Amino acid sequence: MPQHDVLVIGAGLAGQRAALAAAEGGASVGIISKVHPVRSHSNAAQGGINAALNPEDSWESHAFDTVKGSDYLGDQDAIEIMCREAPDEILHLEHLGVTFHRNEQGKLGTRAFGGASAARTYYVADITGQAILHVLYEQLMKYSDQVDRYEEWFTTALVKDESGRIAGAVTRNIRDGSMELFTAKTVILATGGNGQIFNPSTNALICTGDGIAQAYRAGATLMDMEMIQYHPTTLAGIGLLITEGARGEGAHLYNAQGERFMERYAPNKMELASRDVVSRAEQTEINEGRGFPDGTVALDITVVPKQRIHEALREIVMVGRDFAGVDITREPIHIKPGNHYVMGGIKTNVDGETDVPGLYAAGECACVSVHGGNRLGANSLLDTLIFGRRSGAHAARVAKGMSMPTPTREELGRERELLDGIVKRDRTGRRVSEIKAEMGAVMDKHCAVFRDEEGLKVALETVKRLREEAKTVAIDDKGTVFNQDVLGALELQYMLDNAECIVTGAIERKESRGAQFRTDFPERNDEEWIKHINLSAGDDGTPEISYSEVTMTQWEPQERKY
Amino acid sequence: MPEYKLKLRRYDPESGQPAYWSEYDVDLDAERSVLQGILTARDDQDGSIGIRCSCRAAICGSCAVRINGKTALACNTAIGEAAEKAGDGNPIVVEPMNNMPVIKDLIVDMDAVHWKKVQRVVPWLLPDGDPPEREYVVPAESMIDITQSMACIQCGACVGACLSMEANPDFIGPAALAKAYRFVGDPRDGQERERLKDLAEDPDGLYTCTHCFACVEVCPKDVAPMNQIMRLRRRATGDFGIKDRNNGYGHEKAFVNLIEKYGTLHEAQLLPRSFGDGSLLKGQTEPGAVKELIENLPTAIRGLKSGKVSPVKALWHHKLPGQENVKRIFDEVHAKEDRLELNLYIVGEGNDEEIGAMAEIAKEDV
Repeated sequence: MPQHDVLVIGAGLAGQRAALAAAEGGASVGIISKVHPVRSHSNAAQGGINAALNPEDSWESHAFDTVKGSDYLGDQDAIEIMCREAPDEILHLEHLGVTFHRNEQGKLGTRAFGGASAARTYYVADITGQAILHVLYEQLMKYSDQVDRYEEWFTTALVKDESGRIAGAVTRNIRDGSMELFTAKTVILATGGNGQIFNPSTNALICTGDGIAQAYRAGATLMDMEMIQYHPTTLAGIGLLITEGARGEGAHLYNAQGERFMERYAPNKMELASRDVVSRAEQTEINEGRGFPDGTVALDITVVPKQRIHEALREIVMVGRDFAGVDITREPIHIKPGNHYVMGGIKTNVDGETDVPGLYAAGECACVSVHGGNRLGANSLLDTLIFGRRSGAHAARVAKGMSMPTPTREELGRERELLDGIVKRDRTGRRVSEIKAEMGAVMDKHCAVFRDEEGLKVALETVKRLREEAKTVAIDDKGTVFNQDVLGALELQYMLDNAECIVTGAIERKESRGAQFRTDFPERNDEEWIKHINLSAGDDGTPEISYSEVTMTQWEPQERKY
Repeated sequence: MPEYKLKLRRYDPESGQPAYWSEYDVDLDAERSVLQGILTARDDQDGSIGIRCSCRAAICGSCAVRINGKTALACNTAIGEAAEKAGDGNPIVVEPMNNMPVIKDLIVDMDAVHWKKVQRVVPWLLPDGDPPEREYVVPAESMIDITQSMACIQCGACVGACLSMEANPDFIGPAALAKAYRFVGDPRDGQERERLKDLAEDPDGLYTCTHCFACVEVCPKDVAPMNQIMRLRRRATGDFGIKDRNNGYGHEKAFVNLIEKYGTLHEAQLLPRSFGDGSLLKGQTEPGAVKELIENLPTAIRGLKSGKVSPVKALWHHKLPGQENVKRIFDEVHAKEDRLELNLYIVGEGNDEEIGAMAEIAKEDV
């Protein structure tokens, strides 16, 4: 039975950063991931990472941009911490070996990004997330004496002791199907987002909201789950991402009539307004008949010098070539808003602590909240690293002063039975893929850029029915080695828990703020709705709603213009 | 929507049975991926098909397999093209990668091979002394240069396709050596010489690569691992004078000198010059050269017998007409202060003012 002071679940940027920080704090650390760490979805963050590192820039300016980007729903104390600590984190990564782009003087160079008042995005071509992820993994290999890696282990449930404090997790070794109880003084969830609820999505197939659902089931509070970001530039159909870096490098958006339509929506920032604004503008053009017949608008990258495209936007040259058959250096590419990121998640304080003692969350699965109603591009990598590090350091400190918990093995037995039950079940229920497809379609239809009560209620009813159906899904794989089929059945249930919370929050918030635009409540309502929507699992399994205050420090809400 | 036939190589380690084939028909647009085809079969027909996959966008490196015999990511291989390559009426054949043990179906044991080899090259930065207060100040080009290696997604396609590794499973291999270049080429690393010496002296290291281009061909991210290996070799010999195990440096140098002198390859002189700095007659031979030359006698004799080499030709080789033009190219390259690395990562094209290294060479010398 593996025992650790700090057990990290998920090995993307937040998880790896937390593990390294906890190890630095002297803790014995285990890190579990359902995929090999370098397969994590942090890879997909292309554009870069924000920090006010330039002497002419200031953390206050970065913080204000973030507050404004959040549509005043972000907690300003958390945002201040993130922006203050950003420069040192960049330098730390640089010292570890991240191959950040340099300017002519050989110093760190920047690019422009959406919603930002200065060029403060540090980057590695358009593989920034991948470059940082792989460098952190180098460090995990370097420190393999202090950090035990459990690669391709799937966490099925969190375990608490009798006092209600976290005590570990039940896991399945994917490779041989064995189940194991991990004991830990503290557990850090860093399991990423839940984009697979929507179809299409930029998110990888692994982004199924596992940690969010597990925390919710264990009694943690979820916050602002309705805030789902639709990224302005995704490929129609499969939903793959075209980095905001393209617009940062100067690319333009056009409708089918050849108009640079952002002039009408954000005359100052144009294509570099914040993501919710650009996505709504595009969707408006498409809905009002000025899009292309395939339901898209055009992104023209050919205005960027070719050499610069090859140097700085190499990945999307490949995406265009391989997935759309378009040479982006020569012709515009058709794009539309697509599901990308969940601003909401497990409610934490600025040290990553959740409402369950000993349980932490960091990265996309967490909601500190630094992103509020809308995340700025290149703030997500920063969020994962700052709050990953803070969680890891805090958890290590806490673990030092306590003895190893002794959870009963009941939970392990229960989970084992649950999985065996799914494997042995006769084929009578629906297929996992059918339920997932229905969920993906209804969420993209009713819970996307524009929402209204009628549509959201349809989505809620559908999700509730699918939750019932998911309890009896049948699978084909009866084996133990790499039984991905049974894990898919578990992921489906996690996704449906997430979906129910997202829709519940979206119905509850009767205003338009950030990524939530209600056509039946089209105005932002600061009188009533500058507050977080909290959800916790009720006894009957449905979410119970409560509210918490938004922390304001120095920035009063203003009208938001770009 | 066209219908495609997929033929997957399956293996169930719990059955006690050998690998077998399963066929699936899937309806899909031609531009969708082979991965989408496999997932469609898994979703609709057989949930027990095993394949690692995640991003669908050639970023995460999970889904490298062999498609119609060629190693590739399933997610960035269009199913229509794969069907065309399979030929009329033939199914698209998908198998697990070579050179790594199969765990189940299309899933191979990357830890046992790929990651073990990555560990071998000490894959983390080893700077000299404490870091500076701010960032390390380094040439912008150096970061762009190693970003080609950083672009590696550790999918293992090159490892699966490596012919040298097939012959010698101990070979460190293309992915790990490309990773090594990421540190050797990084001006922040303080162990360049030690790393190069270690890799050059390893009997399964730098010089086990046979230059076959298989890794370059299959790499989905244009990392061109073989090029990184060649750059490691150039740095090892050119910058640090590290003797390589099979005298590749001497061979290359003899090759280049002969071309400079004659314009074409003076084959009879190639072998002696590879081992002797000037020529054999002058007696400036490398250690072990006599032994090597004796071992190579059968090759020389075959050359004599076939008439490819004659005693006359061995002593006299005609110069290429217009050889002065060849010489001019050499003079121009020699005159450059820095060694020109052919970084394929950034290739400018068209009528930009700024152009990449490749285009620059093409413009000046051709």
